[in-house]
Amino acid sequence: MRYLVLRRLAQCGVLALFAANTFVLKGNLSASKLFNTIPLSDPFAALQVFLAGMHIEITALLGAVLVACVYGLFLGRAFCAWVCPVNMIVDFAAWVRRKLGFKGVHLGLPRNLRYILLVLSLILSFVLATPAFESVSFIGVVQRGIILGTASWLIVALLLFCVDAFLGDKIICSKLCPLGAFYALVSRYALLKVKHDAMRCTKCDLCFEICPERQVLWMVGLKSVSVNSGECTRCGRCIEVCADDALEFSILDLKGSFKKKVLH
Amino acid sequence: MMQRRAFLQTALKGALLCGSGGAFLAAMLKAKHGKDSYALRPPGAEDGARFLSLCIRCGLCVKDCPYNTLKLATLLDYARVGTPFFEARKVPCYLCPDIPCIKACPTDALDKKHLEKNQGVDSLKMGVAVVDPISCVAFWGIRCDVCYRVCPLIDRAIKLETKHNERTGKHAYMLPVVQNDVCVGCGLCERACITKEPAIRVLPVAFVSGEVGNHYVKGWDAKDQERVKNAKPNTLNPRTDNPLDYLNKGL
Ligand code: SF4
Ligand code: SF4
Ligand code: SF4
Ligand code: SF4
Ligand code: SF4
Repeated sequence: MRYLVLRRLAQCGVLALFAANTFVLKGNLSASKLFNTIPLSDPFAALQVFLAGMHIEITALLGAVLVACVYGLFLGRAFCAWVCPVNMIVDFAAWVRRKLGFKGVHLGLPRNLRYILLVLSLILSFVLATPAFESVSFIGVVQRGIILGTASWLIVALLLFCVDAFLGDKIICSKLCPLGAFYALVSRYALLKVKHDAMRCTKCDLCFEICPERQVLWMVGLKSVSVNSGECTRCGRCIEVCADDALEFSILDLKGSFKKKVLH
Repeated sequence: MMQRRAFLQTALKGALLCGSGGAFLAAMLKAKHGKDSYALRPPGAEDGARFLSLCIRCGLCVKDCPYNTLKLATLLDYARVGTPFFEARKVPCYLCPDIPCIKACPTDALDKKHLEKNQGVDSLKMGVAVVDPISCVAFWGIRCDVCYRVCPLIDRAIKLETKHNERTGKHAYMLPVVQNDVCVGCGLCERACITKEPAIRVLPVAFVSGEVGNHYVKGWDAKDQERVKNAKPNTLNPRTDNPLDYLNKGL
C-alpha cells in the first residue's frame, strides 16, 4: 500500500502544482518552468518538435536533456507510474477488469507495437512538419484538461478506461503509448532498479499478476538478478505484493542489473 | 518453407499495422486542419506553419498573459488540440509592450524577433480587422467611432472616412476603414464594437489578404519594375489553358 499511496500523492501533487500555477511550477507536462528558472520539457515531445521544425530553442533543449537525464540515469521509467495521470485511469481499469473477472476479450496486439508507434511518430513529425504524437496525444489531452480545469478530456479518459477494461489487458500503456516506449528505451541503464532474491522467492506468482509489464519479471524464482528491463515502471507493486520479501528497490546493484536474460 | 511463411505473415502484419496506424494518425492530424486555420494565434505566430511545427503545447504563453487572452485549445475548440489561440470578442490581445507571451515561449514557436529593440508591437500580425458595412451603424449614418477610438494604432490601422449623407442632406457619414497593412489584429476593435454581433471582426491574414502576382506592375512606381525583374515571360498554351482564365493564372 505504501508505494501506491506515495504514487497517488506524487501524481496528484504534480498536477496540483501545475494547476496552482505559482512560481514553483508553471506550464504543463509538455514543458514547464520550475521555480521560475529551471526549464523542464518532455524529451519525446521536444524530439518531435525538433524533427518537425528542424530547429530547437535552447530552453526546450535544456529542459529535455534535464528530464531525460533524471529518468535515464536515476529513476528509470518512473514517469509512467509516478507522474503520468493516465496511469490512474488504466490502474482503475485494470482493477475493474480484475474485479469483474473480465478476461474474455484480448486484442491480439503485438508486444512491440508501441515501439513501432514511436518510430512512426518521429517519421510523421518530420514528414508532416508537426509534432505528430503531441497533436493527438491522449496524455496531453488528459493532463492539460486536469490542469486547466476543463471537461472535454473526460471523453478521452472514458475511452481509455473502456479500452483497458473491456478490450484487453493493459493495452494503453504497454502496447500503444509511444511515450512509455521512449522512456523504456531511455531507462535501460537507470540506477533505480527492483532487486530480486531468488532464494527467498516461493514462486507464488503474485508479482506476475500485479505487474503492468510482466515480461520484465522473467527472473522471478529463477535467478537473483535485478529487474533489468527499461520497461519496468518502478511502480513498486511487485514489492508490495510479495509476502516473502524477495523483491525490493535498490540502487547501485550494478552487478545484478546486467545479467543476460535466460530462455525458459 | 514454414519459416518463410511465418516471416511473410509477420511482415504483412507489421506493414498493415504501420500503414493503418500511420493513416489513422495522419487522418487525425488532418481532421481539424480546416477549422484550425480560423484560429487567431498569439503574437509572434505570424508564420502559421512554423508555429504549428514548433509549439510544444505547454501553455506557458497562456499562463504569462496578464489579461487571460490566450487559451489552450481543448477537444471542443476549433483550434488544434493543445495549441494556444484567442477569441477577440471575448478577450482581445492588449498588446503588452514587453510581450510576455513571447518571452515565456520555450520553443521559438512565438518569434523572439519581436522582442528585439525597436521592434515593438507594430511588427506583430495576428490577423486583420474586417468591417461589415451592413451591420456597422456608422454606415447607416449613425455616429459611432468606438472601434476607431479603441484602436491602439488610432488613425493608422483604422481611419475615419467622411462622406456626404444624401438622405439627410446635411450630415456626414464617418466610416471606419481598416488599413490592412497596418492593422496588427489585436482585436480591441472587435471587442469594443457596439453591435450585437461585432460589425468589425479580426480574421487570420490568410482569409483576408490576396496576392497580386507578377503580371501587374505599377507603371507610376519606378521601383515596382524591380519587383518582377526575374519573372519569366509566360505564354498561353491553347491546349491546356483556358484563354478566359488567363488574367488570373499569373501568365
Ligand atoms: S517489475 Fe515491479 S516495479 Fe517494475 S513494473 Fe513490474 S510491478 Fe512495477
Ligand atoms: S501581448 Fe500581452 S495581452 Fe497580448 S497575448 Fe501577449 S501577453 Fe496577452
Ligand atoms: S509557450 Fe510557445 S510552445 Fe508553449 S503553448 Fe505557447 S506557443 Fe506553444
Ligand atoms: S485589430 Fe482593430 S484595434 Fe487592433 S490594430 Fe487592427 S484595427 Fe486596430
Ligand atoms: S464600433 Fe462597430 S458599429 Fe461602431 S463604427 Fe466601429 S465597426 Fe461600426
